[in-house]
Amino acid sequence: MPRRLVVVDANRCVGCQLCVYACTSRFGYAGLSKSAIFVRSAGGVERGFVVIVCRACRDPPCARSCPVEALSLRSGGGVILNPNRCIGCGNCVEACDIGAVMWDSELEKPVICTHCGYCVGFCPHGVIALEEVV
Amino acid sequence: MVDWVKTLSRVLYIDLTRKIFWVEDRSDLFEKWLGGIGVAVQLYKEEVPRGANPLGPENAAIFAVGPLTGVFPMASKVIAVFKSPLNGYIAESHAGGRAASAIRFAGYGAIVIKGTSDRPVYVVVDGDRVRFRDAGALWGMRSSETVGRVLREALPGAGYRTIMRIGRAGERLVRYANVTVETYRHFGRMGLGAVFGSKKLKALVVIGRKSFKLPDVVAYREVFKEVFNLTVGPATRKYHDLGTAANVLPLDKLGALPTRNFSSGRFEGAREISGEKLAEESLSRRVACSACPVACIHLAAIREEYEDERYFYKTEFVPYDYEPIYALGSNLGISDRYGLLKLIKAVEDEGLDAISTGVVLAWATEALEKGVVDVGKTIVPLRWGDWRNYIKAVSYIVLQPNDFYQALALGVEEAAKRFGGAEFALAYNHVEPAGYHTGPLYHISLAIGLRHSHLDAGAYSLDQRLIITGGSLPEPEEAVRMIQEEEAWRQVLNSLVICLFAREVYGRATAERALKSLGYNLSQTDLVELGRRIYFEKHLIKFSEDFKPEDIVLPKRLFETPTPLGQISPDYVRRAIAYYFKTLSDEVKESTGRKSS
Ligand code: SF4
Ligand code: SF4
Ligand code: SF4
Ligand code: SF4
Repeated sequence: MPRRLVVVDANRCVGCQLCVYACTSRFGYAGLSKSAIFVRSAGGVERGFVVIVCRACRDPPCARSCPVEALSLRSGGGVILNPNRCIGCGNCVEACDIGAVMWDSELEKPVICTHCGYCVGFCPHGVIALEEVV
Repeated sequence: MVDWVKTLSRVLYIDLTRKIFWVEDRSDLFEKWLGGIGVAVQLYKEEVPRGANPLGPENAAIFAVGPLTGVFPMASKVIAVFKSPLNGYIAESHAGGRAASAIRFAGYGAIVIKGTSDRPVYVVVDGDRVRFRDAGALWGMRSSETVGRVLREALPGAGYRTIMRIGRAGERLVRYANVTVETYRHFGRMGLGAVFGSKKLKALVVIGRKSFKLPDVVAYREVFKEVFNLTVGPATRKYHDLGTAANVLPLDKLGALPTRNFSSGRFEGAREISGEKLAEESLSRRVACSACPVACIHLAAIREEYEDERYFYKTEFVPYDYEPIYALGSNLGISDRYGLLKLIKAVEDEGLDAISTGVVLAWATEALEKGVVDVGKTIVPLRWGDWRNYIKAVSYIVLQPNDFYQALALGVEEAAKRFGGAEFALAYNHVEPAGYHTGPLYHISLAIGLRHSHLDAGAYSLDQRLIITGGSLPEPEEAVRMIQEEEAWRQVLNSLVICLFAREVYGRATAERALKSLGYNLSQTDLVELGRRIYFEKHLIKFSEDFKPEDIVLPKRLFETPTPLGQISPDYVRRAIAYYFKTLSDEVKESTGRKSS
């Protein structure tokens, strides 16, 4: 059964960004900027945090916006990026209304969640989880 | 050695006088001194000349991170080094929030701010770009929280950035003004805020969006996982649940919770301002520094009805920690939780160090009580527990309407020098103490610690161990050696740089392994040795700044109020301090002699 990453309860998020570091390290990097998930305060930390990540659309606008078909549909929702095809136009960034297409400004290519679940193991407060898609 | 050092070795220099900046590769320093405090001390040596005025252009504000910053859990702190306007010696202060990761991923291992601007500015570092911006509209704003909000909305980089700023206290050079980071964290102690103020620097914003290739991902991930598991384990649990406020009740029970200007170690209102009670009644959110699973930052919400209109409410958020609870709570006799939170908020908005402010106000209260000064001086009748008057007094410390408040703004030791009451002015070499009256080892460590801080050696835990085991006090010489050994090791932790709440997580072996996964080749012995060298380097500087044994005059009050280990013996403390000076000044003399011969 395919799975997808879900935000269970953003109110439990403490803003540690360990999920962001974890996702960045998948590519062999340290930092925050190659991650497919991002966390920032909702306008001052006292208001809590927003956890931004792909929600695995069944009919993804990002894929439809890509002029070179670099984004193909993933089973279980969401997309898979073919970086060799991607020309770095940034259309997908515009197309995703929840802002889940991140941008790697060193490679000039998008970063989109593959729903691998690696970050889940580093969220200390049960904010994110992998869920079976039915 | 490793490429990792290269990525860390860039130092950003910002000259506020000339409004220019440049970057230098300082691999020489980062290879030899690791990072954090190790490197910052060397930069201080280069930048701040002997005899520099702490509030003059020749002082520098130096920020440094280390090899583990932003890479391992709880490597979440930045070290700031500067000459303290409170006591005139090299000083060190730490803060978390997003400051550490922002500096690291903006591409720097350290930032050096020097010179003085001719008018208020703030500086925005966005990776390789540095902008000097006019701070005319921000200068004089009543609340440092508002300053943060304005900058948050005006600038890019949400989630990647740190916003460090001062309040009015820093602008007006209160010697213990702090620098607030991300609204709820601080470079609290030793007056970095006044240094910013003297430089006319309202805020420093750093945005870090770079990433660095890890030398060995497999090794890194393995150690990361291991460290992560430790940081979510029992070693840090109490900081997560109740935060540092968890200490209130246990310390009170021991009789080690400083109360009413250290006149007692027990506070009848402790329960009301305990971590438990605050969590049950007021806690609204827990927040973490970057890369820290613990989230010890506890924010209380206070809901308040406007006096002039019924059913018209506002909700404010106040960070609380053990230290402000002691300093502004038990030490001022305040058991009203709401009042305490309002007072913490007032101190927060002005940008004052909570510990120093509390100790200064406690002295002023006792001075008034004993008739050392009269209410003409204090303007408001300061009374234990009367938080409303304390809130007024806080704004007077900042506005300094008379000679009394001008003196208070210089610290408790200076105030007592001018007005009397030195017996009950709690200070160690001009620095007001954190809140542990656990026993002689703690107070000795405050006397001999390089920054006179409870975190220099954490010696309250040495006292506590004796209390629990019922063991007898070590000889004073042995006590000094224990304190020095711990303080020297902490130089390593502060070079890596990790949060000291993770000190049990990062034992010698773990520190070695974490560094190794990044390509460093340092054994545990090398690390211990490095810690000793940094500890010694700092003394070289401090001695060159005229630090003398006579400077350490401990207030009488300490010896009067019993600790859980009994009354502190003045003779014991005297022997310890004498031993400390003897060993160090011999070593310093030897080393400077070596150099000049
Ligand atoms: S990136 Fe955005 S648009 Fe594309 S699948 Fe994910 S949520 Fe949908
Ligand atoms: S599921 Fe995988 S790709 Fe998606 S955010 Fe987590 S680590 Fe990144
Ligand atoms: S790891 Fe969890 S708590 Fe931390 S920022 Fe990510 S979602 Fe929030
Ligand atoms: S334990 Fe607290 S202070 Fe230390 S890094 Fe974590 S959140 Fe920050």
